[in-house]
Amino acid sequence: MPTLPPAARSRVALGLTAAAALGRFELQQCRDCGMVQYPPRESCQRCLSVRLSWTRQDDKGELLAATVLHHSNDLFFRERLPWRLGLVKLACGPTVVAHLHADAPPAPAKLRVAVRLDRAGLAVLVGLPDKENVNMADDRQLREFTCDPKHRKVLVTDGKSAVGQALVKALAAAGAELIWVGHAEPWKRLPGFDELQKLPQVTAVPLDVTDSKNVRELAAEIGAKVDILVSNAELHRTHGIASRQGVETARAEMDVNYFGLLRLAQEFGPPMRARGADGVASAVAWVNLLSIYALANFPPHGTFSASKAAAQSLAQCLRAEMRPAGVRVVNVFPGPIDDEWNQLLPPPKLAPAALATATVGALREGVEDLYPGDVAQEWLERWRDNPKALERELSS
Amino acid sequence: MRQPYHGVVLAAPVTVPYVRYSIRSAHWWLARAFSSLLEKSKLKKEEIDGLTVSSFTLAPDTAIGFTQHIGLSPRWLDHVPLGGASGVVALRRAARAVQAGDAEIVACLAGDTNHVDSFRLTLANFSQFARDAVYPYGAGGPNASFAFLTAHYMQRYGAKREDFGKLCVAQRANALKYSHALFKKPLTLDEYLNARPIAEPLHLFDCVMPCAGAEAFLVLSEEKARTIGLPYVRLLGTIEWHNAFSSDPVQLRAGWALDREELYTQAGRSPNEMHFVQVYDDYPVITLMQLEDLGFCGKGEGPAFVREHRFTWDGDFPLNTSGGQLSAGQAGAAGGFLGMVEAIRQLTGEAPGRQVPDAKIGLVSGFGMINYDRGLGSGAAILSSDE
Repeated sequence: MPTLPPAARSRVALGLTAAAALGRFELQQCRDCGMVQYPPRESCQRCLSVRLSWTRQDDKGELLAATVLHHSNDLFFRERLPWRLGLVKLACGPTVVAHLHADAPPAPAKLRVAVRLDRAGLAVLVGLPDKENVNMADDRQLREFTCDPKHRKVLVTDGKSAVGQALVKALAAAGAELIWVGHAEPWKRLPGFDELQKLPQVTAVPLDVTDSKNVRELAAEIGAKVDILVSNAELHRTHGIASRQGVETARAEMDVNYFGLLRLAQEFGPPMRARGADGVASAVAWVNLLSIYALANFPPHGTFSASKAAAQSLAQCLRAEMRPAGVRVVNVFPGPIDDEWNQLLPPPKLAPAALATATVGALREGVEDLYPGDVAQEWLERWRDNPKALERELSS
Repeated sequence: MRQPYHGVVLAAPVTVPYVRYSIRSAHWWLARAFSSLLEKSKLKKEEIDGLTVSSFTLAPDTAIGFTQHIGLSPRWLDHVPLGGASGVVALRRAARAVQAGDAEIVACLAGDTNHVDSFRLTLANFSQFARDAVYPYGAGGPNASFAFLTAHYMQRYGAKREDFGKLCVAQRANALKYSHALFKKPLTLDEYLNARPIAEPLHLFDCVMPCAGAEAFLVLSEEKARTIGLPYVRLLGTIEWHNAFSSDPVQLRAGWALDREELYTQAGRSPNEMHFVQVYDDYPVITLMQLEDLGFCGKGEGPAFVREHRFTWDGDFPLNTSGGQLSAGQAGAAGGFLGMVEAIRQLTGEAPGRQVPDAKIGLVSGFGMINYDRGLGSGAAILSSDE
């Protein structure tokens, strides 16, 4: 197992990790007096209220001082010296210690502070230059906190769906070095796939996630080279319980959506774990295409929802097993995608290209749970606010 | 109005010689310090009825558990886990106990061990804020925190590395006359400037070296000290403050700046009457901060002050006359006692080879606990051997 950054945190500090998982810059704020405070505390340092929430904050700040560490007491950082740090006064109040991007100008200087998950899966603050530039993501330190597809090798398990093809194009555009694209039933010619194969980065590989032998053989061939695995094969039928006799359709959904993930995880998990945090060319991420229906069942798509809920639970197990290796498991929870299986649902629906762009963005920003699009965002807020209410709303 | 400290004295300064690494626990070092106190004072264990203990590595024990280790049955006890402020604060607690008659003779102990990996573990779990919001950022420990403060101070007040170097070089010269100092070789300004970087702008000789060791002294009434024939020094005045100036975005000052006037008023003396000064010096920028906040020069005038004075024991401003922690080593909480013990030695004529001529009055300052981004605790005491 590779070395990881220090992972001990108090429970109250995990609020920052919860925000980072969603890619949000949130700090603890007092609901009574409005004080924004950091490091996280159990009570407000000004009015002593315990009514504290994590709320979105302005990410602007001023770099007060910077240092470059040439010595560290921790193995993870020892292997990565020299290491830049900054002391930043945030516009919203507190002074924070942050990892510092190499392009940040000398103090005093304007700065932006972002929250990122580190290789231990815990939130850290990163000081970024005030102005964006195209190669900003290439920063050596920043890449320790992100899973940018640039210069990396990716496996997309299903290249025949609209979402799969959009993902491959987005990954190629993001600078992925090599993309293996899985296709089940290679004898079937499906629209768009030939065009995809013309991309110089793309290599098509036969992959049927319901076939254990096929998954094992592919893992033996390329498992030790995959930096990012995108598990996007899915089977989506539109049934509740009463609308269909028997369990065959539900079983088929489970075989792809749940057991497919399990087969991939059993075969590709170990080689990727062995290459986690392995210098600059390491396994960094595993992306699961789940569904917002994994949070709460959508009765018209009841068995599909159940298979995605099962997959989400398994993905949490996978995340726990991959975290010690520094490999991030990114779960994507889209609302209805604009494809044939959601044709009866009214808009807004998520275009495959938008889903792909958001997924690449999540890898770049180091997000762990992605809710792409307006529908998913709204459901997330409803679910966080009151899961029971959402259950009722979905079934009416 | 603060009550004066009339009739309270300090005596029996002792040091358990430091080593870089020790396989012993903190209990061993504290027990050695206690036994050295008894040996030096010729007191019996039963005559000590008060105890303070300061240590980072005594866990899971505190002062009360330690009494059973050394078979002591005190009627007054305090655990003072305040790092570099421990010496001044332990003195203040003990002095009031003696004045009030709650204890007759208080032993103030500070000591820590240093195993090969114990410093890392101390840092990783130093405080909740350190664990949540500092250690995951490169795990630089106090080097990183003081790098920020030093960089900011340099930028704000124009201090140069040469200014910090002058202090370090002078302290090394002092340490060469102090047999317990871990550093035994002279240091030149060139060696200081050419040392390898640790956490820029800090380089090797700006950073204390963690080690194992212990320091201790007694606090008792003047009358008692006379009866048993112990050389002693009086406590003329003392202050402490914690978490001062908490809304300053970055630390440039600490609690001394709030009530130094009360310190000098209580002592009936002014800064320019001090014959020597012992400040807390885990990093030289903190020395400048203390000289400013204690009124030896104005805020931001530290660099000029350094350029104008000589800081060796025989200089015009004797400072950290046993070498300070930078040259003696930082034995955990004992680092907060180093200056106190040295001040008692200077005032009782027990500093051979580095004795400040005619030293009758001196100031000791403590600073401790980088809980998050700054040192929280500060304190100071003025001691005198004048009749």
